[in-house]
Amino acid sequence: MSNINLIQETGIGEGWEPLLPGLIILLPLLGFFINGVLALWEAKKSAAIIREGNEDTTAGLNSSKAHSWPGWIGPGVIGVAFVLTLINFVRMLEGEASEPIIREYWTWMATGSLEIAAAIQIDQLAIIMVLIITGIGFLIHIFSVGYMHGDPGYPRYFAYLNLFIFFMLILVMGSNYPVMFVGWEGVGLCSYLLIGYWFDQEEKASAGKKAFIVNRIGDFGFLLAVFLLFTNLGTFDYGSIFARGEEVFEYGGPLVTTITLFFLLAAVGKSAQIPLYIWLPDAMAGPTPVSALIHAATMVTAGVYLVARSSLLFAMAPVSSAIVAGIGVFTAFFAATIALKQYDIKKVLAYSTVSQLGYMFLGVGVGAYTAGFFHLITHAFFKALLFLGAGAVIHSMHYALHQTHKDWDAQDIRNMGGLRKCMPITWITMWIATLAISGIWPFAGFFSKDEIIWMTGSIAGADNAPYPGLYTVYWVMALVTAMLTVIYMTRLMIMAFHGMNRTGSKEFGHLHEAPKHMWIPLVVLAVFSVIGGWINVSKDIQQSFLGGFGNIPMAGWLHHWLEPVTESAHHIQEIHWGAISHSAPLGGGEVAWGALSTTAALIVLIVTVWMVRSDKISVATEDSDPRGLSKVIYNKWYVDEFYGHIFIRTLQRLSKFAWRIVDIKIIDRSVGIVAGGMRALGWLASLTQSGQVNTYAFIFTVGILLIFGIVIF
Amino acid sequence: MLPESLILSALIFVIGTMGVIVRRNVIIMFLCIELQLNAVNLTFVSLSRYLGIDGQVFVFFVMTVAAAEAAVGLAIIISIFRHYGSVDVDNFRMLKW
Amino acid sequence: MLNFFSYNDWILHSLVWIPIVGMVHVLWSPEERAKYLALGWSTVVLVLSLGLWWAYDPAINIGGYQLSSSHSWIRQWGASYSLGIDGISIFLVLLTTLTTPIAILGSFNYITKKEKSFYALMLLLEFGVIGVFTALDLFLFYVFFEMTLIPMYFIVGIWGGERRIYAAVKFFLYTAFGSLLMLVAILYLYLRAKTLTGVPSFAFIDLFQISLSPTEQIWLFSAFALAFAIKVPIFPFHTWLPDAHVEAPTPGSVVLAAVLLKMGTYGFVRFLLPLFPVASQHPTVVMIMMTLGVVGIIYAAWVAAVQPDAKKLVAYTSVAHMGFVVIGIFALNINGLQGGMLVMISHGISTGTLFLLLGMLYERRHTREIEDFGGLSLVAPWLATAFVITALASIGLPGTSGFVGEFLALLGAFESHPVIGGLATTGVIFAAYYMLPMVQRIHFNPLDKDKNSKIQDLSRREIIILAPMISLMIWIGVYPTPFLERMEPSVKAIIENVEASTSLNDSEDNKYEIISSVPELIIHTSNIDDNKIADHLNSDETVN
Repeated sequence: MSNINLIQETGIGEGWEPLLPGLIILLPLLGFFINGVLALWEAKKSAAIIREGNEDTTAGLNSSKAHSWPGWIGPGVIGVAFVLTLINFVRMLEGEASEPIIREYWTWMATGSLEIAAAIQIDQLAIIMVLIITGIGFLIHIFSVGYMHGDPGYPRYFAYLNLFIFFMLILVMGSNYPVMFVGWEGVGLCSYLLIGYWFDQEEKASAGKKAFIVNRIGDFGFLLAVFLLFTNLGTFDYGSIFARGEEVFEYGGPLVTTITLFFLLAAVGKSAQIPLYIWLPDAMAGPTPVSALIHAATMVTAGVYLVARSSLLFAMAPVSSAIVAGIGVFTAFFAATIALKQYDIKKVLAYSTVSQLGYMFLGVGVGAYTAGFFHLITHAFFKALLFLGAGAVIHSMHYALHQTHKDWDAQDIRNMGGLRKCMPITWITMWIATLAISGIWPFAGFFSKDEIIWMTGSIAGADNAPYPGLYTVYWVMALVTAMLTVIYMTRLMIMAFHGMNRTGSKEFGHLHEAPKHMWIPLVVLAVFSVIGGWINVSKDIQQSFLGGFGNIPMAGWLHHWLEPVTESAHHIQEIHWGAISHSAPLGGGEVAWGALSTTAALIVLIVTVWMVRSDKISVATEDSDPRGLSKVIYNKWYVDEFYGHIFIRTLQRLSKFAWRIVDIKIIDRSVGIVAGGMRALGWLASLTQSGQVNTYAFIFTVGILLIFGIVIF
Repeated sequence: MLPESLILSALIFVIGTMGVIVRRNVIIMFLCIELQLNAVNLTFVSLSRYLGIDGQVFVFFVMTVAAAEAAVGLAIIISIFRHYGSVDVDNFRMLKW
Repeated sequence: MLNFFSYNDWILHSLVWIPIVGMVHVLWSPEERAKYLALGWSTVVLVLSLGLWWAYDPAINIGGYQLSSSHSWIRQWGASYSLGIDGISIFLVLLTTLTTPIAILGSFNYITKKEKSFYALMLLLEFGVIGVFTALDLFLFYVFFEMTLIPMYFIVGIWGGERRIYAAVKFFLYTAFGSLLMLVAILYLYLRAKTLTGVPSFAFIDLFQISLSPTEQIWLFSAFALAFAIKVPIFPFHTWLPDAHVEAPTPGSVVLAAVLLKMGTYGFVRFLLPLFPVASQHPTVVMIMMTLGVVGIIYAAWVAAVQPDAKKLVAYTSVAHMGFVVIGIFALNINGLQGGMLVMISHGISTGTLFLLLGMLYERRHTREIEDFGGLSLVAPWLATAFVITALASIGLPGTSGFVGEFLALLGAFESHPVIGGLATTGVIFAAYYMLPMVQRIHFNPLDKDKNSKIQDLSRREIIILAPMISLMIWIGVYPTPFLERMEPSVKAIIENVEASTSLNDSEDNKYEIISSVPELIIHTSNIDDNKIADHLNSDETVN
């Protein structure tokens, strides 16, 4: 570990000295190894029981060490990592260094013409991501201790979860693209393993597989983008790429556009945007805390992180940026419509996630990298909270239905209702999250979402904005989607927590509040869902009544904090786009629109509460099938079916064709024909072998006569 | 004198060759081969008159070899006859396989 | 330390000949002890070969052969018995010495009849393969190259599955057909060298120095390339491979995948690029090879995805992996070639392990049909874990051996031919498309077949087999530098040689190239008399 030289060379030492940054990554890996060994041990024992023909594999295993240790080790390592991160974060705050810290551990790949170091980089962007990953990860680990208790694969679960944190940290802390790619694929792997955690159910295993394959399409884009960067710049390191990017690439040129479009493909795959969003709703097959951690708070935001990290490249490619924003806003709208008609509590949240990720894409697409990243942070809080709350609900429902042996779907909101009486903490915290995601002042979501929408509007009015009309459309769509968000979230809350209970009277008695392990994380996340938005209140709003007339202490902090990472991108944008407008396309300033959107959201919320009328809802088994447009929306616009027909079936047909026709009938047969031809020739020659001595003698004689003839004449 | 003897030996040789080609009886074919050998012998003898004694020496060699060959050949034919009960070559196609 | 035993002097000879000693010992021993003896002898070879890792020093004699020694063999023909290694062959030798004991250990339960002959043949195979990778004489190489066919033919033909005879004959005839063409090319090359230098020699270093006209190069290249393409196998010469793999017994498949296929790709690197530099960078030739590589990657992945037979599936994935090697080699740059080499190593390890695992499943269930399995993770979690790790290494997940090689090979291909490189990169998608469904249908899904619920997990012997292989997959994935730095000088030398020929030969006007290269000849060959050159120059037109 020869890192000292490096630091001195780059002259970073002046600011601050990080404390054991490598350990932050290593701790989750350590947890993975310990839990992994325990899991293998455990699996061996349960396998022996199954082999003997015993159905109930949990019998007698829960008390074993393999079942109490992971609950300490799993959250423990993440907790320590979080503390370490916090220490580093505080040091970084005090140090006020703008240069990233790079630690190089070993040479990963080196050929004559390239060198890739296994190195990590800590900068403003990475440290925030690490804080989110370890912080929220820690809370979710704790939640999982309660949620997964009694599951036969308990140690395996924590092993995967720790491994996920490990790869996620590599993703955000890597100092070059190939190292990021290790994390990029690694989190995909963990996602695959965790979605298919209950692997003995075919649909869950298939959902995991689908996620992995779709993600690999994105990985393909990542690889090509990285290759293109290397062939043009000869390096993979962020530092040198961003330092030289401006001189090597031409603004808006085809090269940088191609690179960014390939990166976009990668981001779209990982962050579940159109057209590759289809895996995320299926990913809900995994345990609910997994959905909270991987499929809401951290992994799916990797695409946003990638765009923010490569902000310089995207700033140089206005076409790609416009496409990023377009994909984002369209996905946001599209997914929100689907969420309107889903009944599975996790499906609603899944489409909501897709929709919110769309907002983040819109943010980074319009060049508001801080705003997009800001929404990533607030979304991590409130969406993790929503998922964990849903997890608490499902946990309780599952228990109740299990107690009475009722064969109902524990995740269907039509089967719930009135839960607020038995689960008050869950109820309150989830309402906080709902208000946050709906963008209602002063919850976290208001500030982040408002900033994205505002930036979209002001880009549309910039001096030399490339596509003002397009950005205006984006702005309108973003506003509409914000209202749709309010509708589907309120509908979910009303159907699940309000009105009469529909689970059944016997079952209702078994419904209970989540245990301590589970509700403490909920409360912590709820607090952050309220105050999380105050770290980046924009100047105009801060000065107004919405910002407490300038009394918010950290207003604009994130913007300032991320400046070292995003300033060059902003600079390029300013040069080419000119000053952005200070009024929305329809006129009006930021404060006015902020106030308007909160008011509108509140009105929509109240109208929705009145519209849902929870007493008219019938339980899932008695509910009539949706018709007309709602049927189309309920079936998710039939996109999965469309993909199934167009791509998957075509690919399968092609594969079968390649095998049955090309391989067997053409290639192998032509090999056979050559071989057969040889046999045929042999057979022809064998015809002359009659076996009759006389014939041979005759041919012999004729031959001699011929030779004589030739010699003589 | 020479042309006549050469023509005679050629005739005998052709008769022998045709015999080998046409006949099916192994004994007869064998005799025809002897005929061919003797036709060659006749040529040697008649040419030796002009070209020196070598031809006659060769005839002795041929006769010796023919005698040995006759002994082996007849022995084979007898054993084949014992095996198949026939001396017709159409029956002997083992070599084809 | 190693040199204290003068290790460098005897090691290669003992690596080649100890398997023969072992073979004789096995043949003279009683039937029931055969497997232990074979394991013992091959382990001796493995242990001895490990010293190569340190004995080979990339810093000395850069790009040349090391530990080399030469003895005259057939003096009249100039054939010599000379052995040596460089950064390219050392890993293939190590791969061979590693896979052989593992394959032997893996066949303890699988091989139940005629054990003595089987293990003797395995050792004979090891002898041949190590010979191929260490030979520094083309004649010797060819002898070893052909000799490996014989044990493999019997291994497939005697201990194979139902259609073993068909598969064995197809394997033998197909590959022999290719190598006979190569023999013709070798003889031409030899005679040509003899006319030029006046001294008959098959030694690589002598042959590498003769200068051939582009037309000659193209023809000879085609003959060599066909032989190696069949061996690799490159699409569309691959159809013998699935048959051979499916019918071969587990150890046969392991050695076939891990080592025998590498003889083809080794041939590409060792002969095609140095011997025919002009032909191998001729745009059409490069285009054909790259296209075949890419088609192999995509096509084999598609075909693999719909195979009902797990072993056949893995066999097709070999074709796809070899496609990566081919595009890496014909990228003709350092990244590509190093990547190709690493894919060879990684494929040897991961695909070899997959065949071992499938063999273990076959021993338990006596079927290879994917549909007959399901839910094995529940009853055999360790087996499933090993399988999943190996499968992920095979599809090139970062952090495993598969990724480093594929990444470099693709990068190299992309540097020289972006479109081809881009198309080849779709292979990463299709890899997931063929591998994951198989993993799911074997190890996940409900445990709904009674026979599967009685399956035993890994035995201690099986863990011993798998552990080193899996550790290697992770090691190469995380820290491939020791491998890369050892192969770098040799790879660089090959690339530089190819690039140097560009300045020598103008590819536009390629008829009478040879004249311009005469000065080179005089420098390289010591004992030429001028008349010979004059003769050669005069006869050049007729040769062309």
